[in-house]
Amino acid sequence: MSLDYENDGELHGKLIEEVLAQYPDKFAKRRKKHLSVASDAGTEEIEGAERPVTECDVKSNIKSIPGVMTVRGCAYAGSKGVVWGPIKDMVHISHGPVGCGQYSWSQRRNYYIGKTGIDTFVTMQFTSDFQERDIVFGGDKKLEKIIDEIEDLFPLANGISVQSECPIGLIGDDIEAVSKKKAKEHDTTIVPVRCEGFRGVSQSLGHHIANDAIRDWVFDKKTREVETTPYDVNVIGDYNIGGDAWASRILLEEMGLRVVGNWSGDATLAEVENAVHAKLNLIHCYRSMNYICRHMEEKYGIPWMEYNFFGPSQIAMSLRKIAKHYGPEIEEKAEAVIAKYQPLVDAVIAKYGPRLKGKSVMLYVGGLRPRHVVNAYEDLGMQIAGTGYEFAHNDDYQRTGHYVKKGTLIYDDVTGYELEKFIEAIRPDLVGSGIKEKYPVQKMGIPFRQMHSWDYSGPYHGYDGFAIFARDMDLAINNPVWDLFDAPWTKEAPLAAAAE
Amino acid sequence: MPQSADRVLDHAPLFREPEYQEMFKNKREQFECPLPTEQVNDQVEFTKSWEYREKNLARQSLVVNPAKACQPLGAVFAAAGFEKCMSFVHGSQGCVAYYRSHLSRHFKEPCSAVSSSMTEDAAVFGGLNNMIDGLANTYALYEPKMIAVSTTCMAEVIGDDLQSFIQNAKTKGSVPQEFDVPFAHTPAFVGSHIDGYDNMIKGILENFWKGAVRNAGTSLNIIPGFDGFCVGNNRELKRLLDLMGVEYTFIQDAADQFDTPSDGDYRMYDGGTTIEQVKSALDAKGTISLQYWNTRKTMDYVAEQGQETATFHYPLGVKATDAFLMKVSEISGKAIPEAIRMERGRLIDAMADSQAHLHGKKYAIWGDPDFVQAMAQFVMETGGEPTHCLATNGTKQWESEMKDMLAANPFGASAQVWAGKDLWHLRSLLFTEPVDFMIGSSYGKYLERDTGTPLIRLTFPIFDRHHHHRFPLMGYQGGLRVLTTILDKVFDKLDADTIIPGETDYSFDLTR
Ligand code: SF4
Ligand code: SF4
Repeated sequence: MSLDYENDGELHGKLIEEVLAQYPDKFAKRRKKHLSVASDAGTEEIEGAERPVTECDVKSNIKSIPGVMTVRGCAYAGSKGVVWGPIKDMVHISHGPVGCGQYSWSQRRNYYIGKTGIDTFVTMQFTSDFQERDIVFGGDKKLEKIIDEIEDLFPLANGISVQSECPIGLIGDDIEAVSKKKAKEHDTTIVPVRCEGFRGVSQSLGHHIANDAIRDWVFDKKTREVETTPYDVNVIGDYNIGGDAWASRILLEEMGLRVVGNWSGDATLAEVENAVHAKLNLIHCYRSMNYICRHMEEKYGIPWMEYNFFGPSQIAMSLRKIAKHYGPEIEEKAEAVIAKYQPLVDAVIAKYGPRLKGKSVMLYVGGLRPRHVVNAYEDLGMQIAGTGYEFAHNDDYQRTGHYVKKGTLIYDDVTGYELEKFIEAIRPDLVGSGIKEKYPVQKMGIPFRQMHSWDYSGPYHGYDGFAIFARDMDLAINNPVWDLFDAPWTKEAPLAAAAE
Repeated sequence: MPQSADRVLDHAPLFREPEYQEMFKNKREQFECPLPTEQVNDQVEFTKSWEYREKNLARQSLVVNPAKACQPLGAVFAAAGFEKCMSFVHGSQGCVAYYRSHLSRHFKEPCSAVSSSMTEDAAVFGGLNNMIDGLANTYALYEPKMIAVSTTCMAEVIGDDLQSFIQNAKTKGSVPQEFDVPFAHTPAFVGSHIDGYDNMIKGILENFWKGAVRNAGTSLNIIPGFDGFCVGNNRELKRLLDLMGVEYTFIQDAADQFDTPSDGDYRMYDGGTTIEQVKSALDAKGTISLQYWNTRKTMDYVAEQGQETATFHYPLGVKATDAFLMKVSEISGKAIPEAIRMERGRLIDAMADSQAHLHGKKYAIWGDPDFVQAMAQFVMETGGEPTHCLATNGTKQWESEMKDMLAANPFGASAQVWAGKDLWHLRSLLFTEPVDFMIGSSYGKYLERDTGTPLIRLTFPIFDRHHHHRFPLMGYQGGLRVLTTILDKVFDKLDADTIIPGETDYSFDLTR
C-alpha cells in the first residue's frame, strides 16, 4: 500500500490544456474547473483525522454541459438502479414510459437469493408503460390499477416502490396520495420516490432522494419485536454486485459482529425496517448512502463509520478500525481474521504481483470506486495514473487525497472527448471504467475492465474477492490478443527483406 | 477457506461452498423475515396454473418484462447508420447513457450519442439554451458531418419544438447555417423503438429531399429497419445485390459502425450512408423496406415522392428471400443469377437433410413484429409449428395480418398471436400450453429457467452470447445459419435428455 511513486504532473497539466483548447471558449472555462493534477497537500494538521497525501482540487456535482457526451446517468438511475432496485422482496415500478426500466433491467448484477417472480423481484422489469393518454390525462388512475394488479399477481411481494421517471414530475401526478391510499387499502408498504431524471445533475441526487424516501416512508412505520445485541451492525452501501456483500459479510461475522441489515444488495424490506435497532452503521459506498447514516445518527443515535474492503491493506485497516470501536475482544478476533487470510493474500500477490508490477491504471467510475480501489491495485504493485468520478461531491475529492499520489490526473464528469484524449496520450496498461468506455478503449489496444459491473465477474470485495480481482486484472492485461493488433505486413520492414 | 490463489473460484462456485451456504441460511432465518417455504412453493405452483394465466392475461395496466424499448433508442440506432453522423438527444441525459449502454451491450461495440443535458431549470424555461450550447459543443468536439436530433420524454412533455430550436441555434452560430441537422420528435410514450427508427429516417429524408427535384433514375434504395443483426444482414444483402449487378443504396446502414476493427485506432465513426447518397436516393426508381412495421411513415413519404415501393417483414428463410430477390429483380430489371439459385439449393438441401428433427416441433417466438412474422414463416417452412407468436410492440393490425398468414398454412393452424403482451404473459402461456423451443432475445433466459423451455437467441438484444449478430440471418446463407442455430439447440437438448449413464443414455446416439 505504501507504494512510492509520483506521476508526471507536467505532462498531465499539458494534456488538460490541450483538451480545453478544443472547446468553445465559454465551455473551456467551465470544463477547466473539473480537471486538475493532484498536488502536494498542505502541511496543516486536521483535527482527529489523518492528513491527506495530495489535494485534488476540482469542482464537482455541477450540471454537465450540453452536447459533450457525459458518461453520467440520472436521478432515476441513482434511486431505482442503485438504492432501491436491489431490495429483493419488493416490486419496484419504473413509473412512466417503458425505456428507463427496460435499459436498466438486470444490468447492475445485484446478486440475491430468492424465487424470482414469486418472493423476490430484482431481475424483473415492472413498468407502467405510459402511453400518450397517461401523459395527457395523468397517470394516477393507472398507478392505482397497477398496484392492484401487483397485489393480485405477486401476492408475496412485501411492498412496492414507485420510481418516478421524467414525465411524472412534469405532468403533476400525485403519486404520494396514490401510495398512501393504496398502502392502506392493501395493508402494505408503498413508497413513492420522486427521482425523476431531470432532478439534480447526475445519479447523485437520486441517491439522496432514495435515502430520504427510506426515512420518510419506511422507518418507524411498523412495530416488530427485534432481538438485539451490542454487536449488531448494518452494512450500508454495498449493493452485492457479483456477491460483494457476501464476501464482506463473511469477514464481519467472523470477527464477531452480527450483520442485521445489508443495504441494499440481497436485502429484504425487513432488514431496512429493522436497521434502526442496530448499534453501528458501516458504510461502504459513502456517496450513495451517507445521507441515511447521518439521519440514523441524529435520530436513533447510531454512529457510522466508513470502511473499505478492496484489497488486503484496506481490508486489514478497516477490520482494525471497526474492531477498535468494540475493544479488545473483537480486536483479537479481527487480528485472527487478518492472520487467517494472510496466506491467501501472500499467495495471490506472489502469483499475480510479478505479472502486474509497475503497470499503470486509469480509472473513471461513479462516486466511490475511483478512490476505493486505488490501494487494491497498489497491493499488486500497480500504479494509478489518473482517476475521476461521474458524480462525486467535494467531500469525495477531499477523501481522494488520501489515496492518490502527486501528479495524478484528476477528471470530474469527464466528457467522452477528454477521456479518449487522456487515455490516448497516457496509454496506461489498464483502464477501469464502464460499458460505454470499454470498447473504445479496447480498440486502442489498451486492456480494460468494467468497474461498475466487475465485467460480469466478482465479487471484488473482501479477501475472497481480492483473489478474483487480481486474477481479472492479470487476465485483462496479459491476454495475448493485445499483441495481435498489427498485421505483420504493415509493420515497417525493410523492403529488401520483404522482397526476399 | 474456499478461495485459493491456485484455483481462483468465481462467484458461481465460490458461493456454493459450505461457509457461504451456511451464511445464507443464517441470514435468511435471522434477519430476512422470510415467508414460510410452503407458502412460497404454493405460489410457485399457482403461477403455473390456468387460473393464474387467466388473471395474468386480464391485466390492463401493469406491464412486466416487456419485449420492447422506447422511441429514441431506435432513433439513435437509425442515426448510427449515416456517415459521421452524431446522435444528439434533446432532453434529460440519463436516457442517453442508457441507449449507449444498451446498444453497446448487444453489439459489444462503442456507441456514441450526446445529450443536451436538460435539468430542472430547463423543465421550467424550456431547453432552447441547451440546444444552442449543445450543438455548438458537439460540433466543436466530435467533428460530425451531420447531427441527428431526437428527443427524450422530458423534451416531449414540455413541448420543445425542435425545428425552431435548431433554426435558432443556427442563427446563434452553434453550427453553420448550411450544416445538416435533421431531426425527429421521438416521444417514448408513443409506440416503441421501431417507431423511433421510422421517425428518424423520415426526418433525415425530409431534411435532404424537401424542395429537391426528383429525376427518376434506375437505382434501388434499401431501408433495413431496426436490426440487431444489421452487421451480418446488411453485408449479406449487399453481397447478393452485387451478384445480381443491381445499382443500390442502403438508406441507413450501421453495419460498419457497429463492427469496427481492432487495430489500435478507435474510430468514433465508420461507414454509413453518405449525405450524397441520401440526396441522390431521391432519384431512385424504387425503395424497398425490409421491415414494414419499422418504416410505415417513411415509406408513405417515399411513395409520395413518386418512387415504386415494396415492403417486407424481415425477409429470412426460403420464401421470404425468394420474394425479396424477385422484387429486387422486378424493380431493377436485373435477373437473379445462377450462383444465387445454387445458394438457394444448398439451403434447401440442408433443410431436407435435417427435416426429421424439425418437423412438428412447437415454438414460442417473440420480438419486433416484423421479426416474429419472418420467424414464424421460416419455422413453418421447416415443418415446425409457431404455437405462440408474441410482439409487445405489435398492433391490432399486426395481429390480424399474422392470423391471416398463419391460417393459410397447415403448420400454423394451432398458432396463437399475442399482440401487446409481455414476457410475464408468455410465462403463463408456456406453463399452460408448452412448446419445445423459444426463439427470442436474451430476456428469454428467465423463461428458460422458470419453464425449462430451451431458448434460441436470434433477435435483439442478445447480451449473454457473443458475436452472433456479426453473422447474417437474411439471404439463403443467413437461412442456413438460422437453421443451424435451431438445430444445435435441438441436438443439445436431445443429448441433455439422454445423458444419464445407465439410465437414459441408451438413446445417446453418436449419429443423429
Ligand atoms: S425517460 Fe423516456 S426517453 Fe428517457 S429512457 Fe425513459 S422512456 Fe426513454
Ligand atoms: S460504488 Fe459508485 S457506481 Fe457503485 S453505487 Fe456507489 S457510487 Fe454508484
